[in-house]
Amino acid sequence: MGSVTATVGPAPHPNVILWFRTFAAIAGSGFRRYATYRQAAVAGVVTNTVFGFLRCYLLLAVAAGAGTVAGYDPARLATFVWMGQGLLAVVLLWGWTELADRVRTGDVVGDLLRPVHPVTSYLAADLGRAGYAVLARLLPPVLVGPVFFDVYLPHRWSTAVLFPLSVVLAVVLCFGCRYLVNATAYWLHDVRGPMILWTLSSGVLAGLYFPLRFLPEGLYQALWILTPFPGLFQAPLDVLVEVDPPAVQFALVGGQACWVAVVLAGCRVVQRRAERRLVVQGG
Amino acid sequence: MAEPAGTALGAYRALLGAQARSQTAYRVSFVVDLVGNVGAVVFDVLTVFVLFGVTRELGGFTLREVLVMVALSACSFATADLLVGNIERLPRYVRTGLFDAVLLRPLGALPQLLLMDLPLRKVSRSLFGLVVLVVAVGTADLDWTPGRAVLVVLAPVAGVVFFGAVFVATATVSFYWVESGELANSVTYGGRDFTSYPVTVFGGWFRAVFAYGLGFAFVSYQPALALLGRTDPLGLPAWVGWTSPGIALLAAALAAVAWRTGVRHYRSTGS
Repeated sequence: MGSVTATVGPAPHPNVILWFRTFAAIAGSGFRRYATYRQAAVAGVVTNTVFGFLRCYLLLAVAAGAGTVAGYDPARLATFVWMGQGLLAVVLLWGWTELADRVRTGDVVGDLLRPVHPVTSYLAADLGRAGYAVLARLLPPVLVGPVFFDVYLPHRWSTAVLFPLSVVLAVVLCFGCRYLVNATAYWLHDVRGPMILWTLSSGVLAGLYFPLRFLPEGLYQALWILTPFPGLFQAPLDVLVEVDPPAVQFALVGGQACWVAVVLAGCRVVQRRAERRLVVQGG
Repeated sequence: MAEPAGTALGAYRALLGAQARSQTAYRVSFVVDLVGNVGAVVFDVLTVFVLFGVTRELGGFTLREVLVMVALSACSFATADLLVGNIERLPRYVRTGLFDAVLLRPLGALPQLLLMDLPLRKVSRSLFGLVVLVVAVGTADLDWTPGRAVLVVLAPVAGVVFFGAVFVATATVSFYWVESGELANSVTYGGRDFTSYPVTVFGGWFRAVFAYGLGFAFVSYQPALALLGRTDPLGLPAWVGWTSPGIALLAAALAAVAWRTGVRHYRSTGS
């Protein structure tokens, strides 16, 4: 009421079914958009697989001295690595600058005029992208890994429920983080600095280079409490390899859900402030 | 055309100067980049410390010995990435047709491409890699001989040439396959990760391909063995550590052939 920004007006949709239809339509277009880059997907799969070998051998060499490290036996480490290489493209830690680019060029104004909140519409498109990545980028390394290494196959019923949920939460959480990093463009115009910080910290702190449990216990817990990073990557993988009792698996996913709520709320607040600022600039 | 060599040199200098001015124009951004680029090497080294936090040895080597390999790898890769790494933008130049413009100018295509966006911000990473090397070699308790003193200088230089060759050779894929995307990364960044650890960490045909088929064992592993005075658990004789400059030159020659063939094969996107 009396709003000065494009997205805080009265709800444009009278019912929730229509909202879901819009969301699904945007997600579908996200799926189709990424499905067109087939060569790029093949190249990405090859690269993920090569890195799967590199990381798997490295972690197995670490375990060779001690047998079991931080609760992971060699088979669990192999599953951790290969599923991780598949998840990397699904979660998409790196390489998303669409919002920042649109802010810099001014195209973002077009997003603000649409009747769907920008956070919602970008999230829908990202879920569509992730859906395509599950088919094209997740499956190949997950199928190649077991051919060359002994992997751990999960066997609890709770994992079958929690793992897919954990992956979806990781995708949404990662989207939220990327959105926040991109949104700094509203203030900075040049997002290279925040982007470098994000790239560096997300790789290490999410558990890509080594499972975070290799770190001292206190540091690992502090990462969970203070940052969303473990929820991006480490959490779904830990749920999958069943290093903890079921109760802890639930706690990990619960932790992810809390971070999703915090980060998405953060996205909406930042977007609102940014729109005010755009109005002030007259853009 | 009176003094073609001088003119060309001037043109290259102009390209480089323009780059330096444009990249340093936004000072804060440039400084953030300089600092951020150091972070990549810092995390590579930190990862090694974390791994050694849960194990006492890696592939039969101690922390100090592995640090020499990490340092050789980081130093070589960072410098090659600074000088030649931006060739990985070639797919975009081919796709957008900018490569046509490059070929039209009366200068070498490769030097132009490299100077057109020499990423000055990566200087910090290269320098930091050098610092890591000095510290790692200093703490590794080397038994210094004149030969090792020469090798400790030659090995990183050879590593730079080798990684440079890998960057150029893998970039030529985009002449044939425009949307090759991340394909080159598997060998360039994959090679960096491979050379950061003893070859003994890896196994099977994967090790055979990366270490000896592609030659990555000669960037850090074999020279480090020679520096540390250790016999190779895989059975190669001690003098192999000194062959890395030769291997690097061979790689550079192969990359040059690949580049020439690629450019000759190049057809404009034609749209």
